[in-house]
Order: sequence, then structure tokens, then C-alpha cells
Amino acid sequence: MIQLALVIDLNVCVGCHACVTSCKEWNTSGEAGYMSDDRPYGEDPTGNFFNRVQTFEVGEFPNTETVHFPKSCLHCEDPPCVPVCPTGASYKRPEDGIVLVDYDKCIGCKYCAWACPYGVREIDEHQKVMKKCTLCVDRIYDKSLPQAERKPACVMACPTNARLFGDVHDPDSEVSVAISENGGYALMPEWGTKPANHYLPRRKTRIKIHDDELMRADNPLKKEGVRPKPDVHEPSLDDVTSW
Amino acid sequence: MHPAFSVIFLTTLIGAGQGLFLALYTAQVYSTVELLPVPPSHFYVQGSAIALALLIGGLVASFFHLGHPERAWRSAARWRTSWLSREVIVLPALMGAVAVYGVVHHLNLRLKDLGFATSVDGDLALVVGAAAVALAFLLFLCTGMIYACIKFLQEWASWLTVVNYTLFGLASGFLLATAYAAYQAPALVYFFGAWTVIITLAVWVTRAASLIRNRRLKYKSTIQTAIGVRHARIVQKSQGFMGGSFNTRDFFHGAAPWLFRSIKWVFLVLVFPVPLVLLFNGMVDRSVPMLSSAFVIQYLGLLAERWYFFAQANHPQNIYYQTIS
Repeated sequence: MIQLALVIDLNVCVGCHACVTSCKEWNTSGEAGYMSDDRPYGEDPTGNFFNRVQTFEVGEFPNTETVHFPKSCLHCEDPPCVPVCPTGASYKRPEDGIVLVDYDKCIGCKYCAWACPYGVREIDEHQKVMKKCTLCVDRIYDKSLPQAERKPACVMACPTNARLFGDVHDPDSEVSVAISENGGYALMPEWGTKPANHYLPRRKTRIKIHDDELMRADNPLKKEGVRPKPDVHEPSLDDVTSW
Repeated sequence: MHPAFSVIFLTTLIGAGQGLFLALYTAQVYSTVELLPVPPSHFYVQGSAIALALLIGGLVASFFHLGHPERAWRSAARWRTSWLSREVIVLPALMGAVAVYGVVHHLNLRLKDLGFATSVDGDLALVVGAAAVALAFLLFLCTGMIYACIKFLQEWASWLTVVNYTLFGLASGFLLATAYAAYQAPALVYFFGAWTVIITLAVWVTRAASLIRNRRLKYKSTIQTAIGVRHARIVQKSQGFMGGSFNTRDFFHGAAPWLFRSIKWVFLVLVFPVPLVLLFNGMVDRSVPMLSSAFVIQYLGLLAERWYFFAQANHPQNIYYQTIS
């Protein structure tokens, strides 16, 4: 079974919001209709977004880290929003695991939004239906696009390559390897929703340098530090030089 | 959660309607076994009509919650998994059963009209009513489980939610039945009144239990699990946008802290002690206005109770929307 998902690398995300704007641009121009905005240039703007980048500060000054945190639908493997839908408008596609809303069946009761702990569903105040990230389902299967562009708009837009897209059920896929090799994790594991999207944590790259790596005790060129004095009959580093 | 008035009216109105019908049926059962004097049949007919009107009122209120009310018929589709879908099926079924119950009383139909002669008066109404009783309790279960089944809304995810919805509906309905009986069948006033007192005291205990439970809740989701960073001090610096959104509107009650806290005391006073005092005096004086005002005041208290029920629920998504920038 295929489970398409995003893997978001918090170590790389710089919080530029390019994924937010490209998501809005692609989805508001899509065949499913616009994503409504109200008073976009007014005092109290509001609108529909499928993807947001939030910023958190971890630690206390001066030992702080700024974590930029993109959040969109996690396409849970056990999505709590799907069984509560009274009409069946909210569904999980068996063929690729994408959680979608059938806008023609949705009655706009908002119960699915209550049933999502992550707050990734938003009602469209004008079309009066529930909307959410579609993993760009109208893009990733589009044969008219070159293979390299059959990815969600947010993934295409990310300038630091912090967003990876692929099948998390295929152990050899780029996303699965990234999750297993870099400690990928799911959000709010306490509710058993098994989110398909994973996040890669902040990682520190440290290198441990031992003294003998700076001061080579057996430096054959004898240019630095304490010179070893092996016996003339003992084998040296290369079995050739001795003194 | 942001309390939606459509849902507040839906749950309180159908609760009163279910409770009133259950009160009528209880009275009929008692009078059948000659524990109560038999009221005139128009008592049941008009009582069923009032219960039906309350149920219809609730249904109408629920439509205001929908973005696409014209598609509401679709919501019966997923009864296998969704408590909301089950409620959508059970509510009209109960309305139908209550209507039939009233019609059977009105036409004084008997089982012998269907070919099964019995010696019990109102036997067909008892059979139809029994089905409606089952549906009424099923509806309480559905309504309560809509909220209780969302496990991460921890204030709601408890059997107390179902119990409270049931007992509040019964208390409201039996109180209405008391006022109605004072007007139509004075011999039943003490019967309904006594049950109202018992149920109101019971729900006082169970609602207090849920308030205490909610005060001691430990939230399973924290900012640490929400973003998956293990550190004791994490502060949101930006929610990603400066305007409002569905997430900032629909999941926060938006009331000032003093108002939020005072609503709890408003409902604790209006639902329990005030109606009980009015009920007692109304029963002693056989005063229809006093009993009616007891029902109205308790209903207003139930609106406050339902508002508080929604406002108190703390959705884990709120963790993501703490700071504008």
C-alpha cells in the first residue's frame, strides 16, 4: 500500500514562507475552486490556507534556538477526521493514503475540524465547505508535467529543500531513508493518529578531535611536536623509515 | 471551543422534547398499573405535540450550523462510524414515533384495531411509546457521544458527558411536564414534580463531578508533543499570520476570563437551586405561572450550561495558535 507524505526537515527550514505562498497560489488557481480571502488588504484580513509556517523559540536567552515549523495536513494513517464525517465527504484514498474532502458532499458541519487535533482543516467561509491540504493531488499525477515537477507545490517552492515528498511505506524511498536515518518523528503521537507526514529534528554536527590527530606522534616527516624515538631495529610506521 | 448557538439550541431543545415525551410515557405506564389517576387523552395528545414542537425546533436550529443545509440529507450516510450521522437518523425517527404516539392517543387506537385484542387500556400507545422511549434514550446516547467520542477534547471525552446530556434533558422535560400537568392534569403534578427533583439533584451531582474532573485534567498534548521538540521552555513567537483564521475563531471562546468564570456560576444557580425553589412553591400553590417560570429559568440556565460546556473544552490545536507574532 502506498502512503504519500511529506517529510519536513526542521534542521533546514529557514521560515521563508515560500511553501505557504506557493501552496496558496497553486490551490487557489486549481480546478477545485478558489480559496477565499476576506479583506486581504484591509485592517482585519482573513483567508483560507492549507499550510502555515510557525515560529517557536526553544530555550532561554542566550541559549535559544529558533525553530520554524511548517504545518499542514499530516495525512494520518488513522485519521480521526474521517470516521466522524456524517456524509462520507471526508475520506482517505486507499490507493495513495491522501486524506481528501469531497467538496460536493460536504455539508459544512465542521465536525471533522473538531476531530482533528492538529487544526489543519479550515472552513471556506464563502463556499461553506471544509478544505485542507490535498498533497496537490491535482499536480502529482499530472502527466503533462515533467516527472521532476510532479510534486506538491510547497515541495517545489522550498529553496532549502527542507520538504521531501514520497511514499513513506516504501522502505527504500527518499522519505523513508530520511526518516530512519535522521530520527524522523510524528506530531502528537499520544493520540494514535499515526501521521504520515514526519518531521526531522534539529541536528548538531559535531566533530571530536583527539590530541594525536593534531600532534601526530608518529609523523614521518618529523616536522612537529615530540619526535618518537623508536629503536633502530623496531618497525616504524611505514616499515621503511627509522632513525 | 467556540460555542455555536445553533448547537446550543439544538441540544437543549431536543433534550427538553425527549424529556417531556419520557415524562408523558412514564405517567401512562404508572396510570396503566393504577399507580396514578388516568389523565384525559388530550393530555397525551397535546403533550406529544409540545414534545414534537421542541424536537422540530432543535432540528431547525441545527440547520443554522450547516454550511450547506440543502445537503443535510447526505448526513445519514455514515451511521456505521459517525455518531453525528446516527443522531441525524435517530432524531427524525423519534419525531415520527412521538407523532404516532400522539395520533394513537388522539384517535384512541387500540391493538385490537390491528387484530390483537388485549384488556389493557391504551395498549397500542404503550407499544408505540416503548419504541419511542428506546429512540429517545438512543438519541441522548448519540448526542452525548458526538462530544464524548473525540478523545483529545479531554473535557468531553468521558462517560459523564453522556450521563449529563441525558439527565439535563430529563430534568428539563420533567419540569416542563410538571408545569404542563398543573395546567392540564393537576393530579399528576406531584408525580412529575417529584421526579423532576430527583433527576435535578442527580444531574447536580454528575455535572459537579464533571466540573471537578475537568479541573483536575492533565492535558496529554503539550507544546513539546505538538512540535516534537524536547525542551522544558518552548515559546511560540509567531503563528504564521497576523490576521484571523478559522483556527483562531472556531476553537477559542473569546470571552473575557471573568465572563467565562461567571457563566459557570450563572448556570449552577439557574439550573439547580432556583428552579427547585420555584418548583416547590409552584407545586404547593398549584401555580402554573410559577412552574412555567421554573422551566423557563432552568432552560435559560441550560443555555448557559451548554455554552460553558463548549467554552471549557480546550482543543489541542490551540497550542499552535498562541502568539500572533
